[in-house]
Amino acid sequence: MKASIGVRVIVAILFVAMLAAPAVIKQVSARQEEAQAKLDESQALARYGFHLQEVSQQAGVHFVHQAPTLDAKLEGIMPEVASMGASVSIVDFDRDGWPDLYVTNSKTGSLNSLYRNMHDGTFQDVAGQMGIADVNREATGVSMGAVWGDYDNDGYEDLFLIKWGKPELFHNDRGRSFTRVTDAAGLPPYGLPPWINANTAVWFDYDGDGLLDLFVGGYYSEKLDLWHLANTRMMPESFEYAKNGGRKFLFHNLGNGKFEEVSEKVGIQSNRWALAASAADLRGTGHPDLFIANDYGVSELFLNEGGHFHEAGQATGVGFAPKSGMNVAYGDILNQGKYAIYVSNISEEGVLIQGNNLWVPREGEPSLKYENLARDMGVELGGWSFGAQFGDLNNDGYLDLYLTNGYISLSRTKSYWYDFSRVAGGNSTIIGDAADWPAFNGRSLSGYQQKKVWINDGAAKFVDVAQAVGATDTYDGRSVALADLWNRGVLDVVVANQRGPLLIYKNTVKPGNEWVEFALEGTKSNRSAVGAQVTLYWNGQQQLQQVSGGSGFAAQNDRRLHFGLGANPQIEKAVIRWPSGKVQTIENLSPGKLYNIKEAE
Amino acid sequence: MSHQVLTSTPQPVKFAALKRFFSPANRYLSPLLISCILLVGQLSYGILESYTRTLLAILTSLVAEIVLSRIYFGKWPNLVSAYISGISVGILLRSPAFWPYALCALISITSKYVLRVHDRHIWNPSNFGISAMFVLASGTVAGLSIQWGNFVWPMIVIWTLGSAIIWRLRRFHISATYIVSFLVFALLRSWITGDPWRSEISPITGPMYQLFIFFMITDPRTTVRSKTGQCLVVVAVAAVEMGLRLHQVVYAPFYALFLVGPTAMLLEMWMDSRRARLMVAHA
Repeated sequence: MKASIGVRVIVAILFVAMLAAPAVIKQVSARQEEAQAKLDESQALARYGFHLQEVSQQAGVHFVHQAPTLDAKLEGIMPEVASMGASVSIVDFDRDGWPDLYVTNSKTGSLNSLYRNMHDGTFQDVAGQMGIADVNREATGVSMGAVWGDYDNDGYEDLFLIKWGKPELFHNDRGRSFTRVTDAAGLPPYGLPPWINANTAVWFDYDGDGLLDLFVGGYYSEKLDLWHLANTRMMPESFEYAKNGGRKFLFHNLGNGKFEEVSEKVGIQSNRWALAASAADLRGTGHPDLFIANDYGVSELFLNEGGHFHEAGQATGVGFAPKSGMNVAYGDILNQGKYAIYVSNISEEGVLIQGNNLWVPREGEPSLKYENLARDMGVELGGWSFGAQFGDLNNDGYLDLYLTNGYISLSRTKSYWYDFSRVAGGNSTIIGDAADWPAFNGRSLSGYQQKKVWINDGAAKFVDVAQAVGATDTYDGRSVALADLWNRGVLDVVVANQRGPLLIYKNTVKPGNEWVEFALEGTKSNRSAVGAQVTLYWNGQQQLQQVSGGSGFAAQNDRRLHFGLGANPQIEKAVIRWPSGKVQTIENLSPGKLYNIKEAE
Repeated sequence: MSHQVLTSTPQPVKFAALKRFFSPANRYLSPLLISCILLVGQLSYGILESYTRTLLAILTSLVAEIVLSRIYFGKWPNLVSAYISGISVGILLRSPAFWPYALCALISITSKYVLRVHDRHIWNPSNFGISAMFVLASGTVAGLSIQWGNFVWPMIVIWTLGSAIIWRLRRFHISATYIVSFLVFALLRSWITGDPWRSEISPITGPMYQLFIFFMITDPRTTVRSKTGQCLVVVAVAAVEMGLRLHQVVYAPFYALFLVGPTAMLLEMWMDSRRARLMVAHA
């Protein structure tokens, strides 16, 4: 028995409807995006509670990143292999109570900048006079990022320079100058590979001895000097399963100005292509765990069992689906006293939809388990995503998310995606050899992308308002750092762009939304208080934040913790859990203040 | 009954059973092969976006096949084809969302019933569904391009196993002709564009092509009947693919088959009817 004509017509109509469904969904979402586009300041303040204005030029910051030029054998794909190095980290290096900026450059002979906050809305580059500008040299390689931590507990933040080359440690001499102490500290090349190609490093006190230790994650193999290659077999052996990247280092602080490399001894061994790492106590054990986002593969989560680590990526759910991890940021996005972890990846319409990951801890599990809620919460698609940071941008009491993106912006009309996809999908013998990759010839790869500023509505949904609030640049963003740059009680945003300018987005927040900030100093714990966690209780809710020794992509936020509180807040207390294990409760807190808190003896 | 009798007599029976199993008449060989590929890929490298998404695609295919077969023909269908379509969608489609898997499977199966000429469907169902999704839902889906670990051994195993089974199904000539055509056109493209020849042959070393070569271009329902015709069709697919690749179309093989497959089928139907008319005229 065959279907009647009527039934056939109905099925045919349904078939057409099926074909039309994706287009309809796309049109509807495009209209929604259009509705959010381009508001003036007053409209943005009224609708979203904040507005960002790019002020780098007015602030006297004219920094433009220069990319490295590697071995001539890589000439055809130079934009791809030399696509990183722009970074920004926030530090109050002179302890004047105003955040300063350190920005890396990556061309041989180019200068890094240390922008001292002049307290009047401007910055002045003092890197040259401080001795930390001229650090990108042929003999020692170029900068990829920087993290700051007071490794000798003298009260001043010291500088670790992440490099493709010989990494450097600079001691901060009371904010007046810096002294290179790499060799004395026992960092590479002493007893270690003389040349490493790292893109991430984290200060954290993994063994709780009150001294900051240092994790360094290699990207390209340490066997490669990218300026003097023996051959072109230097690319990843796989787009998703590569294990021919750089090794990992954990430098244990011995307390006498020296470090001991202990990665193998404590169980951190991996040759994946690390691009970002950050530490946090994810299980409330008092020991900071280490999350590594790897390019060309799965993420790794090294759980700290009190000085010894075990890798639990698969066991916790974060290390199963291989993607292109480029960011690690922690945020208590649901105000539940637990960190979600944001890992950025690649999404390019029509070619590759990896989607970013928002790992949220599952409730009611006997052990730590995460589920990816990026899609459900609306923070999944961010283009070729790089650095991202959580912070309450509108002081409404919920952590928002700023994401920068864009890989290689060259031609506006010609794309390299076709060539990229056909080689990346091939066998390891092809993908692993740079000579097999077609030349870029001026083409773009996920270039000129719009940034994402996702505001958290407090009900497990984020909405992108980037265009509406003024984050309208389309540079190739790499590193994002947040700080209350001018002590106004709002979080400003600093973005470092590859082959582009350093951007400073000054934030204006709607009057009425309150805030409180904490500047912590350890005594028994490391003096930087890295790893200290503050849980703030107000208006019947709580939020957890920590002092971080590096997060995002090649970035470090200000060590001061900023809590937005919304309107008419009643602060109950702040509970500080120090890395030493001490718990300190602060009561009688008022909004609108910065509290300097020293660990109780 | 002697021990010798016990051990010697079952062997021919076993061999015959094995031969029957690997005979072209066994419709379950193809689904078995694709299931093996899925399992090996998932267990060794975790190739799937997730089990649930693949399962969703398979279940949607099966349900759609049953419902539409009942509606259109009033009978219970053999589900082998729907299973292969569902599993192909589950492997080849990549999306963090669930709905594209269900929608693609639904479009694939429905196309078999709606897009018919002379009571034959003319598109390979999963080729139609996946191509439609690539064009219509490009912001949500992408194709499989980067699995199997990109290493040599899984590729060799799958090529060997796939070739052996396709040989038994008497369709190896289709796959072989396509491979040779692809390689020739790849070298030609390299000569035209100046790109490294290894970058041009790179796609065929990936898993997407293995599924394309073993399951899509060899689909008996949507290929022409004659052996020569089948070879000519896949040469045409490779030629169109080359044209698309020169225009930097990422999913060139799917679109090429989408264009060439039905054209070949329609041409065959036209030739059949012309032949029939001539025979009637002669009679």
